[in-house]
Amino acid sequence: MNATAIRAGFLTSVQDLGRIGFRQFGVSSGGALDSHALRVANLLVGNDETAAGLEITFGALRLRFFDERVIGWCGGDFEARIGSTPLAAGHPALVDAGQEFFIESPALGCRAWLAISGGVDVPIVLNSRSTDLRAGFGGVHGRVLRDGENFSLVRNPARTATLIGKLRRERVARWKPPHDWSSPARHEPVLRFVRGANANLFDPLAWQRLTSETFSVSPDSDRMGIRLQGPALKRTDDVDLLSEAVAPGTIQVPPSGDPILLLNDCQTIGGYPKIAHVITVDLPIAAQLCPGADVRFVEVSLSQAHTLLVERARNLEQFRRGLEAQL
Amino acid sequence: MEILPLGDSALLLRVVENFDEDPDVALNKVLAVKHALDAAELPGAIELTSAYSTVAFFYDPVRAVDQGGPASDLLAWFAQRIRDALPSSLNKPPLRALKTSELVEIPVCYDHEFALDLDEVAKRVGIGAREVVDVHSGAEYRVQCVGFTPGFPYLAGLPEILATPRKNIPRREIPAGSVAIGGSQTGIYPIKSPGGWHVIGRTPLLLFNPEKNPPARLSAGDRVRFRPISRDEFERSTS
Repeated sequence: MNATAIRAGFLTSVQDLGRIGFRQFGVSSGGALDSHALRVANLLVGNDETAAGLEITFGALRLRFFDERVIGWCGGDFEARIGSTPLAAGHPALVDAGQEFFIESPALGCRAWLAISGGVDVPIVLNSRSTDLRAGFGGVHGRVLRDGENFSLVRNPARTATLIGKLRRERVARWKPPHDWSSPARHEPVLRFVRGANANLFDPLAWQRLTSETFSVSPDSDRMGIRLQGPALKRTDDVDLLSEAVAPGTIQVPPSGDPILLLNDCQTIGGYPKIAHVITVDLPIAAQLCPGADVRFVEVSLSQAHTLLVERARNLEQFRRGLEAQL
Repeated sequence: MEILPLGDSALLLRVVENFDEDPDVALNKVLAVKHALDAAELPGAIELTSAYSTVAFFYDPVRAVDQGGPASDLLAWFAQRIRDALPSSLNKPPLRALKTSELVEIPVCYDHEFALDLDEVAKRVGIGAREVVDVHSGAEYRVQCVGFTPGFPYLAGLPEILATPRKNIPRREIPAGSVAIGGSQTGIYPIKSPGGWHVIGRTPLLLFNPEKNPPARLSAGDRVRFRPISRDEFERSTS
């Protein structure tokens, strides 16, 4: 045991980059809703990108550490601190044995990803440490963290040891990654999408509404999907469809006309028509949408979506090399 | 075959246009496409899944571009590679399954305690409860796809007489192992979950176990029969 969640927070779960290869058995991909934020946080503390961290929803978490670790977090606009020292998003910092990390409720957005050097050590189930909350496996006994929960961490990797040496004096590193990566929550979120596999089933009015009106996030949203309320998106006909694959980012429209933006814990198949798909580089913005938040949508081409994703991957690669050069 | 983007990291392949015409042949064709693409190891491939008439190909666009794909038109680039990977025999009917489908026997206890909706189904379809059990356990089914929850098999082959529309208000919790009828299909709830299908029995068999690989007992294409068992046998199988 290397750490305790003295207060486990509203909804905190162990997540890594998710499960690959089990969709054919109905197993969701899962993993951090903003996998890019977790990757970046992991790199900041000297971990491999694939290490498991904590996904913290609405904050209210208090952690105590029992050995020396480097920690770093990315996500919404939260107030976080180590003891009484503020810890802004994106800055790696040293914690000593006995020190505590706090993260309070967010001023903007709703989720944060905390990386701890070494990574959270829970059993690997179906190639991942991610918690599948719906099916109840992975992570800590397939559920969210509880108050007083103890958990183990993998031992500090070699890169972290170098980092610890550098942080002994300044405690909190001054450098940080690009602001968009560490703080993806937006005051006026706009999600870019590509046309859906059933785009032609919707009438021109539905398309006009999707691209020009504002939708609000329903309280009935979770890691499976964000339920949106706004002008109804109507179909040109009501023929039943055979179930097909869906994926995180898919916007499906049930008969009510209120769209649902699917997230990582979504079912693997669905029978509702898919009007659009939010592009991968904008999923970090989607992961910060709180109940009551307003969101708008704008269409981009598939090649734009791919170009943006490749560009982000190149920038992340450069960031990783920069860090390795320092350590 | 239509190839459509399913967002920026997956493609949806509509393999069969009219699935209901001959679901058995259609499913064979869909599985043949999935197997062929699995074997082809397409650039940036992550995983393949199938559901009824479609195959979904999940890929990593960055890896695809690293392997020579143009970011300006990955769709066309993949479409060409997918078509090249498919055997030419695909369109020559009648198509046989590439591998022999497995026949899996599922023991089911249709006792009242487990068969929460058996009486209602019997009433709706206008036959006795006993007869519902005989007809349900007398037919052979085929797994069309696995989804909804981990390991949940959608089974085609339900005798028409048993078709029962889903409940208007789904149950909040259906016990694990419940065997149910929804519309013209039957299925098994591998884990406790909400659901709108009519429960007519329960199997002691564990259909989903994340500690095993593969984690699901049934896969798309498998053939299934239900064998009625007594309450005693049910208890013995679970202990």
